Amino acid sequence: MLWKSEWKPLAAIIAVFLAFFYLPIDSLRLKNGVMEAFYLTKWYAQEHVILCLIPAFFIAGAIAVFISQASVMKYLGAKAKKILAYGVAATSGSILAVCSCTVLPLFAGIYRMGAGLGPAIAFLYSGPAINVLAIILTARVLGLELGIARAVGAIVFSVVIGLLMHLIFIKEETARVNAQMAMPEPEVKRPLWKNIVYFAAMVAILIFANWGKPDQVGGFWSFVYSYKWPITGIFSIIFAVVLVLWFEIKWWKMLAISIPTIILAIVFHEHPMIPFAAAVIGLSIITASDKGETGSWFEESWGFAKKIMPLLFFGVLAAGFFLGRPGFEGIIPSEWVSRAVGGNSIAANMFASVAGAFMYFATLTEVPILQGLIGSGMGKGPALALLLAGPALSLPNMLVIRSIMGTKKTVVFVTLVIVMAAATGMIYGAIF
Amino acid sequence: MKKILILGTGCAKCNKLYDTAKDAVDAVGEHYILNKVTDIQEIMKYGVAMTPALVIDGEVKSVGRVPSVDEIKEMLK
Repeated sequence: MLWKSEWKPLAAIIAVFLAFFYLPIDSLRLKNGVMEAFYLTKWYAQEHVILCLIPAFFIAGAIAVFISQASVMKYLGAKAKKILAYGVAATSGSILAVCSCTVLPLFAGIYRMGAGLGPAIAFLYSGPAINVLAIILTARVLGLELGIARAVGAIVFSVVIGLLMHLIFIKEETARVNAQMAMPEPEVKRPLWKNIVYFAAMVAILIFANWGKPDQVGGFWSFVYSYKWPITGIFSIIFAVVLVLWFEIKWWKMLAISIPTIILAIVFHEHPMIPFAAAVIGLSIITASDKGETGSWFEESWGFAKKIMPLLFFGVLAAGFFLGRPGFEGIIPSEWVSRAVGGNSIAANMFASVAGAFMYFATLTEVPILQGLIGSGMGKGPALALLLAGPALSLPNMLVIRSIMGTKKTVVFVTLVIVMAAATGMIYGAIF
Repeated sequence: MKKILILGTGCAKCNKLYDTAKDAVDAVGEHYILNKVTDIQEIMKYGVAMTPALVIDGEVKSVGRVPSVDEIKEMLK
């Protein structure tokens, strides 16, 4: 036997064998963990997939196809005004970083060929935190408050950290790569306001379809809540008209999906998810069969779904297994969590921040994991600290960052992120 | 003989560009070498920040998007 090559499978088999040999299958805790994993996944499947995730994928796909990235990149080039560059770098993640795999090349590009270290760092820090999918899911699952705090925190602190990095390393302005940054050519197909109407209609559908039930009756929120489906319907009609008028979708195709959707909406008005699902399927069929830009819109959306859904699925299962639903225990006792990251002490914030910085979160899985942690007693401050430090950094991406800007800058950057995230968490935890 | 490079860190779009480029050169019937470049440092050398990018004979032809087969055929001329 070739031990050199065979030891790995052997070790794996032994590990699995031992795990099952000693599996405490009767232990209540393990049973709870397994059940919690399924409960949590079921809850996600019922509450978040059709109304929230699927529209969010369509929006992310639309951003990738219809928003001209070139118009943003020109503010991050070598000749860009510095103040503007920081602002654009801090906020453009929502447009440029719809996929986490584009963050690092863009970071390297801005650093070496574009606006320099500060804006590049600002982009690196805020990009993963403010991409549309992350914000939508955070606000939906963890609450609007934390969703907004995450976005605002990421933007503000990205600028602060970018500026600090710039000031610390002001003497060693890098030798720029000689290559001029190759700019993508802008494609102007329709005036900006048409795109804005298109995006606004889509975002409105997402917001109103997910309008949460307010705690008390009366007032604006509960008024909107009682009419959320008619409002969503009106925006869907606007969206359908926009697609036919400006996005070259044939009117008879649109009618072919609108009419069944309307019929379903009338027949099943108690179950709005049914017409919603029908509309999504119909839209997918017409866009997928298209060869032009709506075709690429579907392809991009599908690309996100294909990439993110499996990650999120396992993330939710794992979060349920280890941490349980809010109010229930998984494998890990809630005391441990509340002891480590409960309350709003410096230690709790620091711990959350450091753990977040080194841990690798696959796209969006930070949300169910954090939900589990909060349910097990994590404080709001540490939760935000983890959200801010987590997706921006992980051990593997630190290594890539190091290869781009060297060890010293990477160490300073990581330290700044950890300290800033912990500090922001403290402040947030003290206020809310 | 054309040397064609696909620059990209391995996202869905990059794979699509690879396939599209392959279709295009096959259609033109040119002899070619088609390679992927996934290392960020290498990608930087071409001045590309937005992946995927298409490089033909050392010249960056498209950045940040997947051109159609017809467009790539045009670039190959």
